[in-house]
Amino acid sequence: MSNPVTEFYQALIARADQTLAERGDAGKTVIQIGSATCEHAAGSLDVMDEFLKHIQSSGREDIAIHKTGCTGRCSKEPIVGVLTPGKPPVKYERVNREVVHKIFTNHIQKGILLPEHALDGSLEEEYQYELIFCEGQRCGRLANLKTYFESKAKEAGIGRGVVKIDTHRCFGTCSGETEGKATHILVRPSKVIYRVYTEKDIDEILDQHILAGKVVERLAIKEKPVAQNFFDLYADVKFFNAQNRVAMRNSGIVDPESLEEYLKFGGFRALATSLSKSDPEWVINEVLKAKLRGRGGGGFLTGKKWQFAAANEEKTRYIVCNGDEGDPGAFMDRGMLESDPFNIVEGMIIGAYAIGACKGFYYIRAEYPLAIKRIENAIRKCREAGLLGENVMGSGWSFDLEIRLGAGAFVCGEETALIRSIEGERGQPKVRPPFPTTRGLWGKPTCINNVETFANISAIINYGGDWFAQVGTQASGGTKVFALAGKVKHTGLVEVPLGTPLKEVVFTIGGGVLDDKALKAIQTGGPAGGFIPAKWSDMEVDFDPLAKAGSIMGSGGMIVLSEEDCMVDISKFYLTFTQEESCGKCTPCREGTTRMLEILEKITSGKGELSDLDRLERLARLCQQTSLCGLGRAAPNPILSSLKHFREEYVEHIVDKKCSTKKCVALIRYQINPETCIGCTVCARNCPVECITGTRKEAHVIDQERCVKCGQCFEVCRFDAVERI
Amino acid sequence: MSHAIANTDNWAEVKAACEAVLPKHILDFIEANHGQAHSESQLIAILHLVQGHFGFLGQEQMHAVAQLAQIPLAKVTGVATFYHYFRLQPRGKHIINVCLGTACYVKGADKLSQRLMDELGIQFGETTKDGLFSLESTRCLGTCGLAPVIMVDDQVYGPVSPAEASLIVDKYLKKEKGAKAEAAKA
Repeated sequence: MSNPVTEFYQALIARADQTLAERGDAGKTVIQIGSATCEHAAGSLDVMDEFLKHIQSSGREDIAIHKTGCTGRCSKEPIVGVLTPGKPPVKYERVNREVVHKIFTNHIQKGILLPEHALDGSLEEEYQYELIFCEGQRCGRLANLKTYFESKAKEAGIGRGVVKIDTHRCFGTCSGETEGKATHILVRPSKVIYRVYTEKDIDEILDQHILAGKVVERLAIKEKPVAQNFFDLYADVKFFNAQNRVAMRNSGIVDPESLEEYLKFGGFRALATSLSKSDPEWVINEVLKAKLRGRGGGGFLTGKKWQFAAANEEKTRYIVCNGDEGDPGAFMDRGMLESDPFNIVEGMIIGAYAIGACKGFYYIRAEYPLAIKRIENAIRKCREAGLLGENVMGSGWSFDLEIRLGAGAFVCGEETALIRSIEGERGQPKVRPPFPTTRGLWGKPTCINNVETFANISAIINYGGDWFAQVGTQASGGTKVFALAGKVKHTGLVEVPLGTPLKEVVFTIGGGVLDDKALKAIQTGGPAGGFIPAKWSDMEVDFDPLAKAGSIMGSGGMIVLSEEDCMVDISKFYLTFTQEESCGKCTPCREGTTRMLEILEKITSGKGELSDLDRLERLARLCQQTSLCGLGRAAPNPILSSLKHFREEYVEHIVDKKCSTKKCVALIRYQINPETCIGCTVCARNCPVECITGTRKEAHVIDQERCVKCGQCFEVCRFDAVERI
Repeated sequence: MSHAIANTDNWAEVKAACEAVLPKHILDFIEANHGQAHSESQLIAILHLVQGHFGFLGQEQMHAVAQLAQIPLAKVTGVATFYHYFRLQPRGKHIINVCLGTACYVKGADKLSQRLMDELGIQFGETTKDGLFSLESTRCLGTCGLAPVIMVDDQVYGPVSPAEASLIVDKYLKKEKGAKAEAAKA
């Protein structure tokens, strides 16, 4: 059966294969270097430069440098992978020029690995094979097979240096049929996944694959799970092993500037499938089946939104990608735009086809220059390849994309404000309804989806809506990417299935609270979200449970707060933000946020009264109920949820005039302990207001009247004589 | 909005005066948009270009944009003042941006800001007398994993301690002094 779209796609793949083959990288040792804003900030450009110098001076031509996006393992960047053909890939963390020299002279030239620099200690010693056992819901019941393998390997005298064993959360290749009957094992570096039923199967893998180096074809699965490419590279790292990668499956493995590489990783197959069916409704149905809910925060069913837009009588329709990620503490959209831009473009083209849009707009904040550059490049390359513009993929349907820049207004993340901004106006929201799917950009039906929503579309089309739905919970399908930051050991981007307990994200993946302090609360949803107290950390992350707890899913910021953080102070921080970002159009938000901030300032400066709490709560509810748009309606969330869960802290500030975490400057003071002060004069010399007096070798004194509480003396004192009380 | 070019008797004069204010790539961009559907929606893009070239949006430039793109000056000013990204005052040679996002805040961005203010002797939004540095704050640079971070021009640094912040400023100062010395020699 010949279909112009299928033919187009096959020709495209053939051309991409040829281009990649002409690069001549096959068989070479590949040095993979991360390239994204965060990687650059950590110094990955220097690392690349140093590798180039080393390759040049070594005269070796069998080494290639491969640039990728970012995996989301932020606190360990820059990350460098060394991929030697036939050997397990090795990743190094926090590489600098010095470490580059070590990697090059030892690992690349002599084959001596450097476990001390390995990413998250993922490499203890060299090994031939790594077997990664799936621990997912359906596979995990067969843990006995893993024990069996371990004992068999021991019997056969196969020890360390040959085989390494790990576990993984879920490869996502299971189905109801194999439930409880089979488990899956990924063998690296052979890139094979085995479906194993019995102990006999294990014997076979051991005898044939591990000892004789032959793949057991009988057990190898034919299909390729969504994130296999990712885990072929990163499955030995604990941080990633507990994650599921769907939206971010290509981040950190694909060159974000190469269309050919994206095609090699299965790119645009989903678009080809969608277009070749010539049935937009089929696409919408798959997305509906997937139970994909908008990842921007609202959690509205994407399929429903598309249905509304598609049902409109008006034929000029627009599709918009909301990349105005303004939440402080959120960076998943930046990560995806920078690391896998073609995937977002593909998702958007599919969405446009589903709703019958003629034109699409990328709205990206101007603060993300690299993301803009990469999307510009992706759009240009897609146009050149016939994936955008007239007659997309030979289907007869035409569609084009344009980039529009934001200019630093948080409110423009709200869809009606975003529309105003694309129109070149001040970004002030409008009353809904009518919703944009009825009357949006220039009065035409407009469908606005978040970056992450689009990132999931191609996977839904390729693997089916039913598959996607089973990854998440009853109510919402798929995974969610969180930007894990704050007081947590491992910061970065974390993608987990919806329904994963919060504590698993913070402790299993995030490694727990920084400096092993006690967890106080987890803040989700940015300034529009709320606090989840530590005692509720069993809670499953999903739209509805979070909303019930007084927070929101939001776009996915997740800030970990420890016992050292003051909830009143953090609430004030968020309110300062929303107050500044309030566009000023409606009174409840403009005045409400200002007054609430005033009350919080009064409390943190030690002048609060108990009646302020009631006033604050009443004002917060009023602002929540009467504001025009989401910004004002959600702005009181940090206050309401901290009042609900941490009311005693407010009371402490008001009644005892004390801030036990010592964050609220007005409520603390510094004094010098005459017992421990040796009179070294360092504090006096560092005091910016010269309020510390005393002579050499005698105890010093702080003049409380003049002290500005900057804490400089506290920091410079080497004898712990300055006390903060 | 119609894009029929204004037909006043001094239009040629006004046009020439406005064209003298803006560089060619911006004029070309405005010209290319003439007559396109919804061309007025490109206003924010034009302002980005102007700020990219001049470092800020001056009265003169905004007036020129208004005339050439045929958008009322009131609207141009309205848009320019609504968005935080646009600056209406000239800025220093190097822009130091302190991230005040949540992750940076909980990791001590306030101390970092204080140190920079002390070091440079200016507050947020101000420029040093020698015109070398402007100190600004930003809401989130999206590099929370490295918190606390600062961005000098386009270069992001993180995590930065107050002491390191001083060193970073010194680095730029040295570079400037070096450049000055070079220039003096030449």
